Amino acid sequence: MIALIQLILSRVALGLLTLLIVSAVIFLSVELLPGDLAQEILGQRATEESVAAMRRDLGLDRPLIERYVSWLGGALRGDFGVSLANGRAIQDLIGERFINTLLLAAYTASIAVPVAISLGLAAALYRNSIFDRMVNVTTLITISFPEFFVGYILILFLSSKLGWFPGISNIRGDVGFFEFLYKTFLPALTLTLVITAHMMRMTRAAIINLLARPYIEMADLKGMPRRRIILKHALPNALAPIINVIALNMAYLITGVVLVEVVFVYPGLGQLLVDSVSKRDVTVVQAACLIFASVYIILNLTADVLSIVTNPRLMHKK
Amino acid sequence: MSDILLDIKGLKVEGKSADTWQQIINGVDLTLNRGEVIGLIGESGAGKSTLGLAAMGYAHDGCRISGGSVNFDGIDLLNLSSAQSRGLRGKRIAYVAQSAAASFNPAHRIIDQYTEGPVVHKVKGRTEAKKEAEVLFEKLQLPNPHTIGFRYPHQVSGGQLQRAMTVMAMSCKPDLIIFDEPTTALDVTTQIEVLSAIRNIVDEFNTAAIYITHDLAVVAQMADRIKILLKGDQVEEAPTAEMLDAPQEEYTKSLWAVRSLKSPIKPAPAKGDVPLIQVQGVTAAYGKVPVLHDVSFDIHKGRTVAVVGESGSGKSTAARVIAGLLPPSEGQVLIGGEAFPTHFKQRSKAQLQQVQMIYQMADTALNPKQKISEIIGRPAEYYLDLKGKAARERVRDLLFQIELEPDQFIDRYPSELSGGQKQRIGIARALAAEPSFIICDEVTSALDQLVAEGILRLLQKLQGDLDLTYMFITHDLATVRAIADDVIVMKDGALVEMGSREDIFAPPHPDYTELLLSSVPQMDPNWLTTVLNGRAQER
Repeated sequence: MIALIQLILSRVALGLLTLLIVSAVIFLSVELLPGDLAQEILGQRATEESVAAMRRDLGLDRPLIERYVSWLGGALRGDFGVSLANGRAIQDLIGERFINTLLLAAYTASIAVPVAISLGLAAALYRNSIFDRMVNVTTLITISFPEFFVGYILILFLSSKLGWFPGISNIRGDVGFFEFLYKTFLPALTLTLVITAHMMRMTRAAIINLLARPYIEMADLKGMPRRRIILKHALPNALAPIINVIALNMAYLITGVVLVEVVFVYPGLGQLLVDSVSKRDVTVVQAACLIFASVYIILNLTADVLSIVTNPRLMHKK
Repeated sequence: MSDILLDIKGLKVEGKSADTWQQIINGVDLTLNRGEVIGLIGESGAGKSTLGLAAMGYAHDGCRISGGSVNFDGIDLLNLSSAQSRGLRGKRIAYVAQSAAASFNPAHRIIDQYTEGPVVHKVKGRTEAKKEAEVLFEKLQLPNPHTIGFRYPHQVSGGQLQRAMTVMAMSCKPDLIIFDEPTTALDVTTQIEVLSAIRNIVDEFNTAAIYITHDLAVVAQMADRIKILLKGDQVEEAPTAEMLDAPQEEYTKSLWAVRSLKSPIKPAPAKGDVPLIQVQGVTAAYGKVPVLHDVSFDIHKGRTVAVVGESGSGKSTAARVIAGLLPPSEGQVLIGGEAFPTHFKQRSKAQLQQVQMIYQMADTALNPKQKISEIIGRPAEYYLDLKGKAARERVRDLLFQIELEPDQFIDRYPSELSGGQKQRIGIARALAAEPSFIICDEVTSALDQLVAEGILRLLQKLQGDLDLTYMFITHDLATVRAIADDVIVMKDGALVEMGSREDIFAPPHPDYTELLLSSVPQMDPNWLTTVLNGRAQER
């Protein structure tokens, strides 16, 4: 047990180290951009005094290390500084949108993960049957289209033609739980179609990979039903790769959904990032990147720990 | 009620290779009465496992039963629906696999794998099955019978796991159990425990069994009748005692004769001779795991020294230290009286040339992308500076020495050779360097007995012709008896005993050697009973 805790702690420590390095890269990459930030903000016609005053305001006259440490320290407390574009505190800008992004991701995951795993298991159980081929082809088609295209197709049919769901998911203020589910159904469905194929195919492959193992043949020779062989004998041994592919797709749901948010005008973090890039609002971009990086690392860490916990060889030492 | 439990008639099984169906079993009959044990003997490829599985109405992936009939207690197994045959498997016919370590599911506790049979087949409830499991665990003398079930397979030793698998096969009290080489992967000292466990349980519940093995001495202990298979055909069948005393067919006689190989006794090396290999106070470890503790021994020129011990005793590690593959943390190795650098990278070409190795798995030890001429030619080129025609001539000479027709084999790839031929190529590759000392690491343990005997005879002949010295690592004491001049017994990384073959095999023995020697199955059908009784009295 102590060895296990050590193993997990070392993974957490490695995750934190990675995050530290990533934060330094994010901070430095903005520093390396050509031109002077204060000059950028004030424009070409600003006087030298006003530029110098601006630099003092922004703290740009302090040494690099000092600024990095204070930026990172602020970020740890949730204080990312102020937006260069409108002077508002970044945590106020990001806070609600980040929650929106998380909500949409959770909504999508709660549909996509059970569907993908069930389909993957069923495809492995009835492998090489018509059902297996149908599932494979369908999921391959949905993954082959770009996500914005899938989004527009869904809007065309389910919103414009049939009018079942709203084509714009511009939730604002206090929406009720069911109203939220209804209004964001189309983006959630779009994302589900995009990520299901990957998880489903991985599940199927991980299971089929194990079917030639002697313990699977043993289960067969013990007269176990096929469904039980797949669920009880193959699945527990295939958890590690499945958990990893789920974590990868969860990370995509939070950091890679910019296009879908734009298509459905959904007020998430992705949209904010796009807006800020076009406005050269570097402090907001920095903050968003740091949040994305943290999400990525936390999800991968979770996958690592879950893989360890579900492996009896690591959980129960000799 | 008829006494016949299983009746197989004219069974044919086909296997798919390279898109064509090839017959693996060509019409074999097998009849088994209730409570009877039949032994199936044959070399690899004889079809004995396939026949065993067919007795369950089952064929491996890529195989199919193409003819004949399998009748189990009045049920035609070949005309059952998938659900019907699943209802029989595990419940009335059970299977014990060769490797329990691979055949237990690593994700579940042993007890859960035991109880799922009875529960799914609705023979009894989980609680009742658990209680019975504990009784059986105790009966098979597994340690901590009340808690061992709660362990995962990787937490239990190989021999214990094999017994647990036998217990699992008994979970539904089947009428028939197929034992597919259940002790082949075990050390002799562990094997004897598993054998006695299997015999007790089969006797107690009057279960019929098909016992598959390639080891005659083992089957002699277990079976009422023995059936011999060769390449999918039946050779002969007879009650055990009759089969042992008076085999009828030539093939059977040749199987029996293997055990008669014995090398002549060589005179002891002269006093004052510098031994070819001197291992002095060697301690070695893999990372932090200590493997060898202060091991010292000598090997004299022109002799065959067998190093015996169970898996984990450190015998291969000792060889790796001599070859420079694993530098020891203490001690040194002298070759020809000269202290060699401990790591092979620091040894000169002439030093490297002295020590060559032959490996257990010829399959993986030969590069599948190289022709025989390259495999053997490379060391000839590297160590002896032979080029072009001269190198090819040398390869031809070597092929001739290992009794393979040079013209036929020189341009083949390893995949075009049989197991025994591959091992011969391994020998030729070691010879190509013209070494003085060859380490043979379990070189015959992956081979069938007849083929293995051929390899042993070849090694003996080469030793005479070329004045070679062998370090022969093995866990098979029959091989030791056949060819060793001197024997080193190892246990847990230390020497137990060393001496000439006559000394080691003649009493009195240290306790461990005694245990090891008495655990080697003998052809006498009463051997197991005698040994177990003897051991019980000592306790």
